Amino acid sequence: MPYAPARPSAFRGRRNDPRAERVESDVMVELATADPDARLIAGLAEDLDGTFEALVRAHQDRLFTIAWRTGGDRHDAEELVQDCFVRAYLALAAYPPARIRDLRLRGWLTTILLNAGRNRARVKRVPTAELVFDPGAEPAADPLARRDERETWARLLAGLSPAQRTAVVLRHVDGMSYAEIAAAVGRPEGTVKAHVHRGLAALRTALLASEGPPEGLRAEEIPA
Amino acid sequence: MTDLIDPTTEAALAGLREPAPPGLAHRTLVAVGLADDFAVIDSPVGPLRVAWNGRGVSEVAGATDDATFQARFHARTGRVARRVDALPADLARKIERRLAGDRHNRIDLDLRGSTAFEQAVWMKALEIPRGEVRPYGWIAAEIGRPKAVRAVGTALGHNPVPLIVPCHRVVRSDGMIGQYSLGGPENKRTILTEEGADPDELESLARAGVRFFGSDTTHIYCMPTCRDARRVTERHLVHFPSSRAAAAAGYRPCLHCRPAGASAVA
Repeated sequence: MPYAPARPSAFRGRRNDPRAERVESDVMVELATADPDARLIAGLAEDLDGTFEALVRAHQDRLFTIAWRTGGDRHDAEELVQDCFVRAYLALAAYPPARIRDLRLRGWLTTILLNAGRNRARVKRVPTAELVFDPGAEPAADPLARRDERETWARLLAGLSPAQRTAVVLRHVDGMSYAEIAAAVGRPEGTVKAHVHRGLAALRTALLASEGPPEGLRAEEIPA
Repeated sequence: MTDLIDPTTEAALAGLREPAPPGLAHRTLVAVGLADDFAVIDSPVGPLRVAWNGRGVSEVAGATDDATFQARFHARTGRVARRVDALPADLARKIERRLAGDRHNRIDLDLRGSTAFEQAVWMKALEIPRGEVRPYGWIAAEIGRPKAVRAVGTALGHNPVPLIVPCHRVVRSDGMIGQYSLGGPENKRTILTEEGADPDELESLARAGVRFFGSDTTHIYCMPTCRDARRVTERHLVHFPSSRAAAAAGYRPCLHCRPAGASAVA
């Protein structure tokens, strides 16, 4: 099943005409995103057991992606997502319908996932890889290149600090808005933006390092 | 809300999205009790299919194949049951111990969809020790519905978790062994024999009109399978056709098997 981002990247219009595109794309975004989750929320408020499977199917890919890309271990991510859905179910079962109707599902589920991940990380330390050049990660030209490239990016991402990694994953892998991220992680929007910017800068630096010095030159031979 | 991100990085990060593993949704639904897993276990009456979810064991059945089991399960619960290789280790151990007569390990049961009356009947059946039997009327009296003997029989017939809830230990009020939902009366006799009761002896007593045993030393009367009744030596054993007859002879009901209620409706 292909991963369908619930919200197109807001900066897509930037390349043409920022202001005009912004208005139109925000309206499009509202139309595109409000619908599926709004229908889910109405269903959950009315018939939790009858709607919960649809909620799982609608959000499992993005939650799994977030769990894996912020945590780093595929198996842990699977358990974390299951844990997240169980917590969500128990909460929904206890909420009155009015409270369910007020939920913003994407952010709410993300918060539960991140909290569950933090609780788990207290027991089991999530490893943070070093941002170093790995000779095994050289880009290849064959059909496996895409896979190698993904692994490279996953490894680079794992090298970020947890806060930067989470911010970058939520913003640029999942495609949440800064407002949504700020609510989900419980930090000011400005802080989240700073985490994303610094995270992207660190990724760029690490990528350049991983690509190594120009061919034919060893680092110590580069003229000053 | 503009990011300083180049299209390559943007595309590369978006490319890190990953579909959830195929079994994740089902496992999640099982965890919250909206779907079930099932596996086959051995029993004295042949292979049984046991279904469970995060709330507890939801069904025990003797259906001969997976498809039949799944169809009946879905018709009763509205949920999908998926065949897996084996029970979770701790559940397998608990069921094994329970079938061996150990009542002191708790097995969670998922009894959604049943009535409060049915649950009261099933919980009462859980109190009957291995190797003993009680009549339908005893359960009816114990749960405070002495006239609902027939409804007790119906509720036991709807027991979704036979063997775990030992409805095979409940017999007809005339003392005959009676019907059994898990594959018929022969299975009921097999299981009772396996547990140390003697169905043939119980039925011959019933045919002779004997409902209760008493001890002429203690002047207490019991259900014939009560562990206290079985300790009475032949010389001191007295037979009663009814609790009224026992009371008239100056006997009081046993505190363990509480036989009085049974005869009120027998």
